Amino acid sequence: MVKRQFDYEDKYKNIQNKIRELEELSGTLDFDLSSEIKVLEGKLKSIRDQKYQNLTPWEKVLLARHPERPTTIQYLDHICDEWIELHGDRYYGDDPAIVGGIGTFNGMPVTVIGHQRGKDTNENIKRNFGMPHPEGYRKVHRLLKQAEKFGRPVLTFIDTQGAYPGAGAEERGQPVAIAQDLMLLAGLNVPIISTVIGEGGSGGALALGVGDRLIMLSNSVFSVASAETCGSILAKDPNRAEEMAAALKLTADDLKSLNIVDEVVPEPIGGAHTDPLETITRVKEAIARNLYEVMENGGSFAEQRYQRLRSMGRYNIIA
Amino acid sequence: MLKRSFGKTKYIPVPQEALPHRPPKPDQTVCPQCASGISAEELRENFKVCPFCRYHFPMTAHERLNWIADPGSFEEWDTELSSCNPLGFPGYDEKLAEAREKTGLKEAIITGAARVQGYQVVLGIMDSRFLMGSMGSVVGEKISRAVEKAIERTCPLITFAVAGGARMQEGMLSLMQMAKTSAALERFHKQGLLYISVMTHPTVGGVPASFAGLGDFIIAEPGALIGFTGPRVIEQTLGQRLPERFQRAEFQLEHGMLDLVVDRAELPAVIGQLLRLHLGGNHG
Ligand SMILES: [Zn+2]
Repeated sequence: MVKRQFDYEDKYKNIQNKIRELEELSGTLDFDLSSEIKVLEGKLKSIRDQKYQNLTPWEKVLLARHPERPTTIQYLDHICDEWIELHGDRYYGDDPAIVGGIGTFNGMPVTVIGHQRGKDTNENIKRNFGMPHPEGYRKVHRLLKQAEKFGRPVLTFIDTQGAYPGAGAEERGQPVAIAQDLMLLAGLNVPIISTVIGEGGSGGALALGVGDRLIMLSNSVFSVASAETCGSILAKDPNRAEEMAAALKLTADDLKSLNIVDEVVPEPIGGAHTDPLETITRVKEAIARNLYEVMENGGSFAEQRYQRLRSMGRYNIIA
Repeated sequence: MLKRSFGKTKYIPVPQEALPHRPPKPDQTVCPQCASGISAEELRENFKVCPFCRYHFPMTAHERLNWIADPGSFEEWDTELSSCNPLGFPGYDEKLAEAREKTGLKEAIITGAARVQGYQVVLGIMDSRFLMGSMGSVVGEKISRAVEKAIERTCPLITFAVAGGARMQEGMLSLMQMAKTSAALERFHKQGLLYISVMTHPTVGGVPASFAGLGDFIIAEPGALIGFTGPRVIEQTLGQRLPERFQRAEFQLEHGMLDLVVDRAELPAVIGQLLRLHLGGNHG
């Protein structure tokens, strides 16, 4: 069976708790527990060193999906000096799986857009697990147009398993809604910096990911399809997700070596959720670095973006 | 109904006004929709459409080319582009070799310059037999190059899409083709050029969510399955069966996703009319 939970966390916390207990014990009792504590501390260190530094791709998938991982709104609250959420696509509805608005980034007005999932069941139901409908993608379209009109750079945050695979989404034109975002992003004449903060799945994630720079958190993943889907379709076995996760090259480091990702931001040991504020601070620094670089390069943003996108792909030339 | 299996097409519903059913003879093709027997000659004369119920059989890229392009007008481009296995994905090399062997094609699309109804156009035609018409690096690159050449020549673009899903074996390199082809079309549209996108059965996943979804006109063949997520995955999400016509071309026309659903017998004339209404689409 495939592991469905990221359990190192619990192991790690258990050992931490045990050490604390032993320390308390040795304080109250007249007992020397230092050798036991040393063993446990050694264990803790080896978990840190070995486990968190050498996570398998599948473990990164599980970590990227961790329910306590910081979400887009948390990033916006800390990255922006101030921000205001804007709602609706002006046609059909407001998709809670995508948040967007205007904020200031180090004093500069920016348009911010991201997938928004929930942290618990109730919030996830409200947010549809961060899986957008076409009205979400049309809200993105509207906010992008607005950003261009007012000359604001765009910051996007990717955190979705994919576009919602439901009947209503198909009835309202999911594929064309995504295609139109891709095309608009490609030609937008303002800088666009995208950051993958959790799981990026398929075209539903890419619709927020066509920019001048793509940043990824070290334990985030970005894939053409989920490892489970690839297991079911290619290996006819969803339980082979673990090996598919490795074959798909979906980790931040893999995608950096494929030149799809520009910068990998290291997460605190244990993952983004163990220290959200530190994670968000690191992401903010990376966004600033990349945004200012793109702005200083000057010239046509759309032209430089085109050259970047145009280079994507690997093939042979056989006469 | 005949129980003969015919791949995915068995999901196509039998229309209420079921047409005269001619029992098949041994050497005839059996229509998966109305179970009539169709001779090879009838199939050819009708461009692989059932003369009894208008079921549209799949067409290979070259069959489609010979049907839509003016005779002898096609000049193929970028035939030297060939897929590699950039991720070292297990089994991909074998799948590519098998697809090349089976189809005689190098990849899931042919592109080039042609005349259609007398007008000079750039053509891209996908073939579902090659890894289900999935878009990997080569398909994305051939489309992007074709779009760029159409811009250079100020020439209209016509694509015939067929796609059963993503080229998962190329991972994110495959997904990025959606961005690349959409970027090429962004430039194309800014030049005021004409793009007619034809979706055939099936067109699902990244292809309609990128280049094929970006036509000035989006036309579908009757009965074609069109959508982002395929019906089986949606059924799993919902935990219930979908109506048979769900995501079919006629359904998508009603829901506002398509300009037209056109029978193969009339499509050349309709494309000719659209080209004429744009004065040939050539602004050069
Ligand atoms: Zn028939």
